[in-house]
Amino acid sequence: MTVVSTTPDTATLTLTIVADLAAPPKRAWQVWVDPRQLERWWGPPTWPATFEQHDVVVGGRSSYYMTGPDGAKAHGWWHFLAIEEPHSLEFEDGFADQAGVPDHSMPTTYARVELQESAGGTRMTVTSRFATFAQMEQLMAMGMVEGMTLAMGQIDEILAAA
Amino acid sequence: MLAALTDGRNDRQAPSTGSCQVPHRWVTYNHMVVQQAKRQAVDQIFAALADATRRDIVTRVLRDEASVSVLAGRYDMSFAAVQKHIAVLQRAHLVTKRQRGREQLVSGDVTTIQAAARLLGQYEEIWRDRIGRIDEILTQPSEGEAP
Repeated sequence: MTVVSTTPDTATLTLTIVADLAAPPKRAWQVWVDPRQLERWWGPPTWPATFEQHDVVVGGRSSYYMTGPDGAKAHGWWHFLAIEEPHSLEFEDGFADQAGVPDHSMPTTYARVELQESAGGTRMTVTSRFATFAQMEQLMAMGMVEGMTLAMGQIDEILAAA
Repeated sequence: MLAALTDGRNDRQAPSTGSCQVPHRWVTYNHMVVQQAKRQAVDQIFAALADATRRDIVTRVLRDEASVSVLAGRYDMSFAAVQKHIAVLQRAHLVTKRQRGREQLVSGDVTTIQAAARLLGQYEEIWRDRIGRIDEILTQPSEGEAP
């Protein structure tokens, strides 16, 4: 596991995750800005993401959807607030309707990504901030579904291999 | 576990755009979302913890039960002000109060604090999984990608 530390702060509603990646910042930057690479990790295997738009410039937007096991599509968007290639990225992440139009009644999180050169490659720090606890809890509920779906998929694999 | 999680009533208000505009993702996950009443309770927890004095009170009484008067003596504010802070914490179920003789004893409610921390833990899991997948991409680049 490459995760160095995770620091939840219930007072500021932030979660800071620090991880070491075995590649220089220029390479790690690609997993964020190249939509084809981003698609390979943003969603869990059972809810893979497809980025239809990924305009990595300040003020630029991304439009994506995640496809569930039953074919259901969940749409989302990003809005870039700051970019400093290849060291930092700030964006908002929210939900959209089926036409890809941002739905502001749904949770929006703010994220800051930092990629710093380290001895082994890159130290990545991701800070997520929730606007309200209600929003945070909605996301938690969704995360639970994704996590459980994933876990159930793994159980299937184990059973199939036995 | 699944049964326990899906037990919640689906009584959350529909988004203001009207029920026919409910996003698909929302429908997909709706059954998982805990009811409004619980969300308000959790908001109350975080509002209560947003104040430094109240965080300090919770930290103290989690370690040792303390009387209202002892707590009041620790802060540079009126007895009534400290009592008010304790009342906010009590409403958020972060502390409990019991009477002993003429004293009111305050202690921390560990269950509530653990529940709040657990919610953040779930988001942490999402990111741990994502980083695991980033790791795979970086350590096993497929052809066509820059090394």
